[in-house]
This record gives sequence, C-alpha cells and structure tokens, in this order.
Amino acid sequence: MSQRIGYYPGCSGAGTSMEYDASTRAVCARLGLALQEVPDWSCCGSTPAHTVDHVLSAALSARNLELAAEAGLETVTTPCPSCLANLRVAGHKMEKEGFRNQVKALLETECASLATVKSTLQVLLEDVGPEAVKAKVVRPLSKLRVACYYGCIMNRPPEVMQFDDPEHPMSMDTLLEACGAEVLPFPLKVECCGAAAGMPRKDIVTELSGRLLDVAAGMGVDAIVTACPLCQMNLDLRQGQVNSARGTSHAIPVFYFTQLMGLAMGLSSSEMGISKLAVDPKPCLEQAGVL
Amino acid sequence: MRIGVFVCHCGSNIAATVDCPSVAQAAKLFPDVVFASDTMYACSEPGQDAIIQAIKEHRLDGVVVASCSPRMHEPTFRRALERAGLNRYMLEMANIREHVSWIGKNKELNTVKATELVRIAAAKLRLNTPLYANQFDVTKRVLVIGGGVAGIQAALDCADAGIQVIMVERDTSIGGKMAKLDKTFPTVDCSSCILGPKMVDVAQHPNITLYAASEVEEISGYVGNFDVKVRRRATYVNWDACTGCGLCMEKCPSKKSYDAFNEGVAPTAAIGISFPQAIPKKASINAEFCMKLQKGKCGVCAKICPTKCIDFEQQDTIVSEKVGAIVAATGYDLFDWTVYNQYGGGRYPDVVTSLQYERMMNASGPTAGHIKRPSDGKEPKRVVFIQCVGSRDKAVDRPYCSGFCCMYTAKQAVLTKDHIPDSDSYVFYMDIRSPGKGYDEFTRRAQEQYGVQYVRGRVSMIYPKGDVLVVRGADTLAGTQVEVEADLVVLAVGIESSKGAPHLAEKLRISYDHYGFFMEAHPKLKPVETNTAGVYLAGCCQGPKDIPTSVGQGSAAAAKVLTLFAKDKLESDPQISRVNQNRCVGCLKCTMTCPFGAVKDVKDRAGNTKAEVVETVCQGCGICTVTCPHGAIQLQHFTDNQILAEVNALCQPEMEF
Ligand code: SF4
Ligand code: SF4
Repeated sequence: MSQRIGYYPGCSGAGTSMEYDASTRAVCARLGLALQEVPDWSCCGSTPAHTVDHVLSAALSARNLELAAEAGLETVTTPCPSCLANLRVAGHKMEKEGFRNQVKALLETECASLATVKSTLQVLLEDVGPEAVKAKVVRPLSKLRVACYYGCIMNRPPEVMQFDDPEHPMSMDTLLEACGAEVLPFPLKVECCGAAAGMPRKDIVTELSGRLLDVAAGMGVDAIVTACPLCQMNLDLRQGQVNSARGTSHAIPVFYFTQLMGLAMGLSSSEMGISKLAVDPKPCLEQAGVL
Repeated sequence: MRIGVFVCHCGSNIAATVDCPSVAQAAKLFPDVVFASDTMYACSEPGQDAIIQAIKEHRLDGVVVASCSPRMHEPTFRRALERAGLNRYMLEMANIREHVSWIGKNKELNTVKATELVRIAAAKLRLNTPLYANQFDVTKRVLVIGGGVAGIQAALDCADAGIQVIMVERDTSIGGKMAKLDKTFPTVDCSSCILGPKMVDVAQHPNITLYAASEVEEISGYVGNFDVKVRRRATYVNWDACTGCGLCMEKCPSKKSYDAFNEGVAPTAAIGISFPQAIPKKASINAEFCMKLQKGKCGVCAKICPTKCIDFEQQDTIVSEKVGAIVAATGYDLFDWTVYNQYGGGRYPDVVTSLQYERMMNASGPTAGHIKRPSDGKEPKRVVFIQCVGSRDKAVDRPYCSGFCCMYTAKQAVLTKDHIPDSDSYVFYMDIRSPGKGYDEFTRRAQEQYGVQYVRGRVSMIYPKGDVLVVRGADTLAGTQVEVEADLVVLAVGIESSKGAPHLAEKLRISYDHYGFFMEAHPKLKPVETNTAGVYLAGCCQGPKDIPTSVGQGSAAAAKVLTLFAKDKLESDPQISRVNQNRCVGCLKCTMTCPFGAVKDVKDRAGNTKAEVVETVCQGCGICTVTCPHGAIQLQHFTDNQILAEVNALCQPEMEF
C-alpha cells in the first residue's frame, strides 16, 4: 500500500517539536503513507492571527490549502492540533461566499480549490487502520501503562473537526493499543493544560497541568502520551515548575504518540528524537523493553 | 338553489382587517345567492337565530358562513341549520379569520381574499347534497394499553362503572415506574404502599382482564368497534398453575440476569418474580440468561417447582379482543444518559441514575434500603445530584423540561439525609421548577431544614480521582467555577417517550411529535382525546407528568370512555367515499391505496369485480378518489365536481369588485 498525502508540519514541527515532526514522517513512511510536504508552506497563523483579524488569519491558512491543491494534493494532514484547527476553521469559513471574497481580495488569487485537512491521528486511524499498524509492530509495548491525552482542541469544536468524540475521543487509545500498550481510561483526556496562558499566567498553567499530572500519577501510569506540541511542552518541560509550585514530585515521561508507535515498529530512539524529551524517558522505556 | 351568506365580524377579530359589509355586498352577486348579510357574532345565540330566521324567511336551501375555522364552529352552525329544517351538510364555511384576518394586515387585500373564499364556498355549496348518517352499535369494552399508575386509574374507573376492561402490559407486572419509587414527593409517603392496593384492585376486579408480558400486535376497526390482537409473550411458565411461591427463584443457579425492576443495580436469577408486590405474582424466565434455554443444560426450576408449571417449550400466543374504545397509557422511558461522555458515559460505577438511587433507598431493593456505593459498598458521605441530565439540553435533542426531576431530586436529597445523617448533599440545578401544591415549600425545606446545598449551574465534567469523583461545574450565582468531591453522583435523568411509542401510534393511527410523545387533539381543550375517535391518552405517553397529573388524566380518559359508552348507538360520519358501481372497472387501485383498508372487492350480479367501501372504516381522507382512473369512487361532500367548481370559481377570467 502506498498512498500519497499532503503534509503540513507547521512552525512547531520545524522548531519546538522537531521530534514530533521526525517521528510522524518516519512512522507514516513505515506504514506506507507517502507524505508530500506542501510546497512553500507558510505559518498558518495559529494562536495570534485569529485574535486580530479573522480574514487575515483565514488567508494565511487558505494560501497553504490552495498551494496544496495546486500540487495535486486533495488531502493534507498535520500532526499539530493548533494548525489543524486553523486550517479547518479557514476551510469552514471559506464556504461562505462573502467571506471567501474578502480572502480572495487579500490573496489576489481565485482560491478555486482548497485541500481538505485531517489530523494525523485521523489519517492513521481511518486510512491506515489499527490492523495494519498491528501488523508492523515488532516490539510490542506490552509492559507500558499509558494515559492518552488529547488536549482540549484536537476534537473541538466537533462541527469543525468532525472526527472522534469531543468528550471522549478514542483514536489515540486505539492506535496505542494496536502497538500493544495498556491504555488506561484517562478521565481528563480532553481537559485544557493551560497552554494558551503559558506566558501571562504561569499560575493557571501549573494548576491545570498539575491536575493532569496528579490524576495520571494516581492511575499509576508509566507515561503520558500526547498529540499536541503545546500539551507536550507544558506537561514535559514544565513538569519541574509544576512540581515546585504544587509540592509534588512527578517524574512522568511525556511522549508524542508517534514516538511510541515508531519504537514499537522497531525504529530507533534517535530517529524518534527521544533524547529531546525533558523528563528522562529512559527508565520507562528500559523497563518496557523497547530501548 | 337559494343560498344565504353570513359574514361574521368576530368582534374585531375579523372586522378589524376585513371590510365585512362589503364582502356581504359582493356575495349578493354570486350565482344562486339570494340573501347576504354581515353580523357581529354569527356563533352567538342572536347570530344563530338570525341565520334560522333568514333560512325560513328567504326559503334558503343552503348557507355559507364566513367566519372562523370550521374546526371551531362547524358543528354549531350545522346544528343551527338542522333547527331550521335543513340538512346539516347544506352548510359551507369560509375561514376568513385564521386564513385571512389573523395573518394579513392589509385591509383592502384581506377583503379581496375574504370575498374570494366566500365565492368558492358558494360555488361548492351549489353542488352539495343532503347526507344522512347511519347508526351502529358500540362494543362497551375498553382496552387500556399500559399498566402504570395512569393506566391503572383509567382501568379502575371504567371497571367500577361497569365497563369490561382489557389491560395489556408489556412487563411481567403492572405498576410501571411508580412501583419502583421509594417515596413520593412532596408528602414523602411510601410509593408502593399507595400504589399496591390499586394494583391488587386491578387483579381482583371482576371487570378487568389483565394480560401482562403482552403487547398489542394489531389494531383494526373504528370507534365503537375495534378489533385488537394481543401477543402474549412466552414466559416459559404456565401462569395458570404458578402460585408465585418463589422456590424456583431461590434455586436457580444462574444469578447473573439483568434485574430490570431494580434498574440493574444488582443481578438476579434467570427465573423469578420481578418484585414482591408484583401483579400478577407469577414467575417468568429471562431466556437470555437461562442455562436450559441457552445451552440445554440445567432445568433445576422444573424439578423444584411444586406445581410443575415450568414449560421450556412455551410459545407466544395471540388473543383477539373486541373493544369500543382504547386508552393509551404507555408511559415513558428514561433518557439514555450515557451519551454524556463528560459525565463518564457509564464508565464510572459510582455515577448512578435517579431511578437506580431510588431502588438503592428502597427497603425491598437490592441493598435492603442501605445506600451503598456500587464500586466498594461503602456508605457515601458526600452525594452530588445533577439535574437536567437529558432535559432542557438542545445538544442531546431534548430541549423540553421533564417536569418532575426538580422535585424528585429534592426528595432524594432529603431522604439521603434521613438515611445517612452525617452526609452532605449538593444539588446542581438550572432553575427550580416546582409549581405543584406544596411543591415549592418542599424544595425550600430541603435547603433550609435539611441543609442541602443548592448550586445553580451546569456540571461540565465528572472524573474519578482516587476513590472519589470530582464534580466540576459552574456556580452561576457566585460567578465562579466550583469543584466538589463526591462519593456518589446521582444523575437526575430526564424522560423520553417509551420505546416503540411511534410504532404503537401508527397502529393506533394517532399522531406523535418529534420526540415520540402522542399528540392530544387540542393542547388546551382536548387534552386526553386524540384525532382518532375512540382513542384516548393518559399519563406520560403524551408528555412528562408527575403522579398526581397522571392519575388525574387517567380518570379524565376514563370519563371520556364512559361518555362515549353512554350512547347505545354511534352515528357514522357520512362524509365517506362511495363507489359508483356502473363506472367501476374493478382495477382495485383504490384498495391498494386506502391506508385504512376500507375498500374491499365484491362481485356484482354478473360476477364482475367491483370495489365497495366499508362505511364504518372509511376515514374520508379521499386518497382513493385521486387514484381511481374513472372517477368511480367519490368522496361524499368533496366530489371531484365540487372541487372543480371551487377551482373554476377562483380562476374566473375576470373578477369584478
Ligand atoms: S380504483 Fe376505481 S375503478 Fe379501480 S376498483 Fe377502485 S373504484 Fe373501481
Ligand atoms: S376516503 Fe380514504 S379512507 Fe375512505 S376509502 Fe378512500 S382512501 Fe380509504
């Protein structure tokens, strides 16, 4: 099976979450998904643009979607839920004639056809499927007890994302189960970690992220698995901050789901960028026998 | 023909936006109209007298009344015609209120439209012929579908009045949801103690035949003469012999059966009597969990039963009954709250429904009346109640208020304090709706006397943390977020129409709304009638209701049945289809299209196939008349020619005003 699909790494993929980008590409390649990067892609405007100007924000995304369509890519996938939200919202808004015209004027193009956008989670679940994933597993994660954390925007708002359950998503759970991991039912899987308030209100972040870590630790997980660069950064990089603010001593490694999938499929830890994680994942991976 | 036209002002209802005198003036020029006038209130006594007077004075053969909807006053004016010696079907009404004055503001245009409506009514009237009703016998027996408290009340009232009652109940016992309740609000008296005696009355009443574990399979016929087929489900126990001793239940080795009566709080045996006060008190087998029926092994109950009444070979049987009226009292079902993933979607054992909680508090329930957490059997000290779960929530397509959850939540919070004096209760609510007698006082008592903490706001999520549940919600009065740790969460689930209600409505030929609740004939003036003659409604099948209202409606439905049965003969409506046998070619297209099965085939003297309409079954819908390629089947009072006359009157090349 070889399927060609557009790929939008987003700015974080090129910077703060290079290991997510690398592991996504490697896992997709292993599963026979030929990712083709959207030519000349630019920032989608993620967090700031839509707070300033909806038309401008949509134009940033529309440009990427049009470039993809011009390159013959009907579908574009992105691992980052924030990019996903922006690209999808833009597509959604562009369905309205008046809005579309404003964007056209800004871009000075026709926006005749736009690619559709899916999260990498959706593509892996729907286009590849857990059976095919299972078939590629060489080192099952059977000794790993994990909590899957989707964050608050991966499946919301449901009418825009149109994938999985907004309150109780299961796609990541299913994929990791296919890799042999024991996935515990994480009740806070769609709670906010506070990412957006990261700069101005550290107290909110430590409170919200701290709660996630407390509940996951209470369940006895070996690791938390994420699908969002911001969630990952908050839980992983700030774990020390959270600990000192709340008087806890958590040391839970926080992986991208693609990293664990890659390890299960026999890809090396350097290919998966494991060394980029802040909380030391070594003990966890060693006891699971995948290192 | 000599026609009289009467244009009603309806006070200012019509006259404010229609020039009534000029409508009457214009009508004088219509063919065959010999008299026209306008009047303040045509339906009033002087108004009717004026019509009668004019009929006599001007020797009228037919009358057009231009006024309100015929739904309102057609019978009134028909009676007036009869008093003046005319046939009641020599009346036509032009609806110039609902169709004109109430919907348009432009007086000039309204006057034109009103005049046109009168014109077509007069044109149709010219082709009217007198029609005469036939009389038919009434079977004075009533079918009550559903044995909850509303059905029980309707059945007992009818039976006490000497009417034979057939009661069909889907479950193995009557009692409905009320039998499951521990206490009732606002008096906090024992639910089964007040319902129990009524259930016994049903069982012992000589005029009531009870079919439990049964469903209505088929209904045909018409008011006064319904034929009903009832499917009696196999219970694998011969109920004539079963004494209800309960030995089988004790000895049954399969103890994993779903206990529907206890809302699945604890499992039960595969054979048994659903609860100690069950009526009829007969055992039945849940085939899904019976080892003998599933795997062919066991049969312990058959060995143990002293009266040898177990019958593994039993099949469903069908019984036929004739009745003259039907009361639908099929009750409600609980909203399936597991769609609320934010409340755990059924994944947390310590999140229970209000009805499960009711069983947990009941002395004859699975926990013998001790409130215990399902997860570890511990007594909860902090109980959180969440209201409006599946009520007033557009997101789950239940925008309506279920009506009684505010009250039962208050009751359960009060009872919690009685059961566990050192407990704390919290109620998350949206508004408190407690309009009944003594209701508001009760919810206040819960707060002031029992110290139940009421928090106004929705709960956004529940999640487990260790062995407690964290309930997170908004306090919209304080304008903050709140988090409460709870040992047990009770969801006040709303109600929805009972499973299969639309299906039954179709069998009964009554309408139902978007949510599956049966529709009354008029929301204010005909609350227990339906649009199908002889079919009445009681209880929650029509919409959410508490016990007093359901009982009241049960009695009201019984009163309607008795009114119907007060006559020995009913009159049929002559506005039905008739076949012109000379024109009919016997293609029988009409039999295929009639939704009521009112057309049958007969042979004429020469042996040719012809259609014939069964007068009492025909509902006068007219579907057959448009099907017939020869115009042989005609709906009386709405013939093709009458409708064409209306169209022609409307489409005259030139209209003079
Ligand atoms: S459709 Fe008309 S012609 Fe055919 S059987 Fe019926 S009445 Fe006769
Ligand atoms: S009028 Fe309607 S109910 Fe009567 S015979 Fe025709 S189709 Fe049937």
